[in-house]
Order: sequence, then C-alpha cells, then structure tokens
Amino acid sequence: MRGIPVNGNLGSPRIRRLVASAITLTAAMGLAACGTSGPSGSSTDSSGKGLTMWALNDQTILKESVDAYNKDHSDEKITLRLFANDDYKQKLRVAFGANQAPDIFFSWGGGALDDYVKAGKVDALTAAGANTDRFTPSVMRSATFDDKVYGVPANGLAPVVLYYNKKVLSDAGVEPPKTYADLLAAVKKLKGEGVTPLSLAANSKWPTLMYLEYLLDRQGGSEVFSKIASGDTSAWKDASVTQANQYLQDLSKAGAFGDNASSVSYDQGASTALLYTGKAAMEVMGTWEYANIVKAAPDFAKSDLGYTAFPTLSGGAGDPDSIVGNPSNFLSLNSSTKNKDAALTYFKDYVLDDSQVDAYLAAGSVPPVEGLESKLAAVSSSTDKKWLTFVYDLVRKSPSFQLSWDQALPSDQADPLLTNTDKSFLRQISPADFGANMSKAGS
Amino acid sequence: MTVTVPTRHGRGSGLLMAAPALLLFGLFGLVPLVGVVALSLADWDGLGSIGWAGPANWGSVLTDGATWDALGLTVKVMVVSWLVQTPIALALGVFQAPRGRGRALLSVLFFLPLLLSAVAIGLTWQALLDPSFGIGATPGLHWLAKPLLGSPELALYTVIFVIAWQFVPFHALLYQAGIRQIPTALYEAAALDGAGPVARFVHITLPQLKYTMVTSSTLMLVGSLTYFDLIFVLSGGTGGPGTATRVLPLAMYITGFQSHDMGRASAVATLLVVFGLGLSLLTTRLSGFTRMDSRQEGM
Repeated sequence: MRGIPVNGNLGSPRIRRLVASAITLTAAMGLAACGTSGPSGSSTDSSGKGLTMWALNDQTILKESVDAYNKDHSDEKITLRLFANDDYKQKLRVAFGANQAPDIFFSWGGGALDDYVKAGKVDALTAAGANTDRFTPSVMRSATFDDKVYGVPANGLAPVVLYYNKKVLSDAGVEPPKTYADLLAAVKKLKGEGVTPLSLAANSKWPTLMYLEYLLDRQGGSEVFSKIASGDTSAWKDASVTQANQYLQDLSKAGAFGDNASSVSYDQGASTALLYTGKAAMEVMGTWEYANIVKAAPDFAKSDLGYTAFPTLSGGAGDPDSIVGNPSNFLSLNSSTKNKDAALTYFKDYVLDDSQVDAYLAAGSVPPVEGLESKLAAVSSSTDKKWLTFVYDLVRKSPSFQLSWDQALPSDQADPLLTNTDKSFLRQISPADFGANMSKAGS
Repeated sequence: MTVTVPTRHGRGSGLLMAAPALLLFGLFGLVPLVGVVALSLADWDGLGSIGWAGPANWGSVLTDGATWDALGLTVKVMVVSWLVQTPIALALGVFQAPRGRGRALLSVLFFLPLLLSAVAIGLTWQALLDPSFGIGATPGLHWLAKPLLGSPELALYTVIFVIAWQFVPFHALLYQAGIRQIPTALYEAAALDGAGPVARFVHITLPQLKYTMVTSSTLMLVGSLTYFDLIFVLSGGTGGPGTATRVLPLAMYITGFQSHDMGRASAVATLLVVFGLGLSLLTTRLSGFTRMDSRQEGM
C-alpha cells in the first residue's frame, strides 16, 4: 500500500482529518477489490456465436482438440484461455458469481463441481448428446450427481503412485518399498546416505494430503472416507483417521521428507527436480508427474525412473489394490451458454476422440476411454508402453478409485482440510486432533 | 510555511476543488464499504442467492480463535516492519540527501525494488530462498540453505524481511525529500556553535523530520495492516506453513475466495477497516500531526 504524502497546508483540521481518514479508507478498501481484478472472461466473441473455454495451462493436448474443432468450425470458434493451477478454482468461482463465466469449464469433478451443479450453473449431459458411454464408468462417478452426468473427461487417468530414482535406491542398497514397514526402513538407510528419502512439496499442502488419503484408505478401507464425503462428519473421528495421521507423523519424525519440505512449492517444479537430480530418492505424486519428468529429464526417465503402487499397510482393513488421486479432469457446460449445440458438438466429436487418445498415450497418459488394449499394444516407445500399461492395470484392478479429498468435499471444507493436514505434517497438532478439528469444521 | 486564515470564500472554493477527489472516494471508497458491511450480515457462497444471516457471521468471526491468531500475526508484522524499516529508511535517506553523482547512482539502485510488482518480488524471493536450488545452493552460502519460508518459526520473519526489501526504498525517498527541505542555515549555525555530525543529526535532522516520520509511520502501519499480495505469493496462497503467515487480510481472502463464505469474509474486512481507521487516527493524534504546527517557527 503506497500513498502520496501530503505536505503543506490542508485547510481546517476537520478537512485534514477527513483527508487522513480518506487515505486510510482507500488503503483499507483495496481489500474489497481483491480477487475481482484481472482480465475478465467475456463469455462470447463479437459475433455472439463463438464459445469461451477455460482450462489449466498444462493442458496442451486438450488445446489441440480445440484447435481441431476451430479448424472445422471457423464461424463459431472456441476461445481457449489457460490458467495456472493454484488460483484457477478461485478465478472460476468469481467469474460464475459475476456472470462472466466461460461457456465450457475445466474442473476436477467431485464436491467443487457439485457446488456449481447445486447452484444451477451447469447443464446435465445425456449419453446421446455428449456420447458419454465411451468413458470408463468408475471415472464418470466423479462427475455424476443424482444420477445425472455433468461433465466429460478431458484428459488422462491420474491415480497417485510412488516414483523412485533407481540409481539412488540401488546406491543405498534399498529395494522399492512394498509395505509401510519397508518404507520406514528405506527412510533410515537413505538418510544415512545423505539423500532426502521422499521429495514432498509441502508448501502447496495438497501433496501432503495424498499421503493421508492413501494411509486412511489402507488403514480403514475406502468406506471411511465415503462416509465423510456423504456428509457424516462424525466419521472424521474414526480411529483409522487418527492412525493414518500417526503414520504420517511417524514418517515425518523419521526424517522421511528432509528438512526443507515445507519450503518447496509444487508449481515451481522443485519437488520433481529433487527426484531426477538424485537429491531425493522417491516421490508420491499423480501420474501427470511422468510427463513432467520426461519433459525435464528425458534420459533419466528412460534409464533411472521407477514407479510402483503406494505401499500397503500390514494389518490395515483396506484393499491394497485401492487407489486415490484424480480419476480425470472434466469439461462441463455452463447452463447460461448461448450456443449449446456447438459445445455439445465439441464434447461429442472432439473431446478424447481418436487423435486425442493417441496424443495422450504418446504423452504417457492413459485417457479414461473403454477398450484401450489394442492401442496400448501399438505404442512404439517401450519406456512409455511399460508406464502406460502400469497405469492402465493399476486402475483396472482397483476396487475403488477415491477422488482427492480436497476435490471431493464441498469447497468450504477444502481450506480447513489442507490447513489441518499441514499442521499434522508439521506436528503442530496431535494425530487425534486432526479428526476432531475436521469434524468440527465440517459440521 | 505561511498560515492563511481561511475566509468564507476560501473555504467554499476549497470544497469545490476537493469535489472530484471526494466524489471518487465516495464512489470507490464509501459505496463498496457500505456493500461490505451489508454483506457481513448476509449468507452468500458467491454463486447462489444472497440470504439474510443477521449477526451470525459476526458471532462466529469474533469467537473464532483463528481470527485473533491472524490479528496477532498482523500486529506482529506491523510492529516488526516498523522497527526494521524506519531506521534503515532513515539511514538511507540521510545518505541519499546530499547531492553527488555516486549517491545519485546508488539511490537509483536502492529505488529499484519499488518498481517491481509484489507478485514478481514474491516469486523471485521464493525461488531465491528455495533451500535446494536457491542461493543456499551457492558455494559459500550454504548457511542460507534453511527452510526460511518453510519453518513455522522463521517464515513470518522471512516475509517481514522481503516486505522491508520492497518498501524501504519508498520510505528512504520520503526521508531524503524531508532532509533536503531542512534549511542549511540551521546546520551552519549549529556547526558554528561547535556541534558535531552526531549532535547535528540528533538535534536538527531528527526534530525537523518529525512530520515526515509521522507520514512514513502511518503509511507503514496502515499499509502492513492491509498487506496481502506478497504474503499470498510467498506462502503459496495458503498463509502456511500451518497458519504461520496467515495474517488477517489473507484469512479474509481464504474465507471469501477459497471457502466461499462471503459473509464471514466481509465481517473480517469490516474489522480490518475499523482497525485501520482507528490506527491512523491514533497515530496522527498522538503525534500531533493534526495540529500541523510549523517545525521552523522563528526561522
């Protein structure tokens, strides 16, 4: 906040005081403007027939589908705007509140999308209108509310897996961990070698949450969070929630994340870099990380990158094949759009069409489309084929695919969830406090 | 400074001249303020319809420990920022005031941080302070490879340091201008009386700078009360680690735009306005700024 200092005679004391208050108020009122600034997303172009679409700036393959659509429909083009991850959700919400939302928008499905559905901002899609039958049913669940579908998947399956640096592990004489006990033992050995056992971008908070999601699923089974997601906040007090936090804190206490994890933010790419530069041995992250690694360090991806499912917990009630993460991202239709037919044409004929599926597979990402075996077999790069088959099998044999908690819950619980996760990770609260705080925040 | 006695005619034309500013202030200051106070009594998630909540938002904001924690952090940022920035800005101002080519060049360099946007500064410092790939990775600087932004104990002070880096140049500029206005005759007279550089600084420069100091302090205190963008960027938008840097404006943003509780966020915003107004009235009153009597009487 800067102001221009006023020197000299300002007239009567009353006016002076008024001016002083005015300066203060103007400074304070800067607050009211927060979040509404920035380019406004006008909903249509001048012809009134075009569409606008918002997505994240790493969605370069999705952009190709828009380009293909625009080539065939030069009279009603889609204008695509891409945004950075961390602030996208707020931007979209404000745009909807101000009736300046795009015609087609990108989301994670789950509770955040349901907010828009409940407010009547999103149109339901029919199997015939948007050809939704070609997608994997377990994935479609994240965008289905009251038996109606509100989005089409727009990119690859994104379960969370454990990546590792083969060279660092073998230098330390450690096998890729299969169980939590293996993981703890590996942490001790790797620490002795002077590397960070697990690279974690704790500054962004949601990467830390991935551990809790898996640990709870392994410990208590997928039912515990299903209960919470359905609105039963007392389920946060389940003993398995406390136990999951205990496991996370044990890892942290053992030095699994090094000293610097809470300084690392995901969007800056440092947590990825720690893994491929060999400063860290392992990282728990979504499958999109594979493409990031291939882009940043192609040689490392070919020779030294390993990956496996998140470790199992002996004595846990959960199915060891269950996975968590983002089933997919979705594209949804703003109910106030002027050109619904054009949007549906785009959904039906361009989103995850044949060339899009090929493009995703070539980029190391498995799209949630049924019957991919023949396409997988035809992938030419052996590095990619191994990875794609791993992801495809992981999803196919999983009895449950839990959507990330911060996306699954209504958006007013996302901040308490992330803050309490961070506090648990920092050991500022006890394992039992986590569930107690969350059950309070949810009610 | 001459004192003009306001005449009836003079006062009328003064109001006329203030009209454009007052109009803008009313439109962009008072109208949104009324809106925020009204919203603080409402229940709105930013999407659906706005419902009446009465005093419920106020009750939950005022009884929530997190609000008071955030206020405590805000006061800490305010006080520590003032303690850090004022002496440095004063010293730089004293250094920059005399004319000279070397000083002018350095002044330009000192001024640079003020020209950068807070977001650019935040991203730059975040990258610089990264313990694995930032300046801490440079040979000889390994002692800097600490989680400066990641440790709950250090993060707030790191943020205060970056804020100071951004704003010290502005306050130094204020002091530089203030010092240049002091008549050289005062220094000459003091020198004749045998006052050394320190005595001249203490007995002439400092008293003559009183109003500059009040201006600078008011801007600094009220500015830190509402400071948001840099802290937002440095903490990855979360006020973390934990809630170690979640100052009141950031808590307001998170309540409003991440949890989508516009009613509670507006209540916090109103609190901030009240604190800001009170603070600036208090500083100007305690310091005698409102009396605005001349520091050069008898000159």
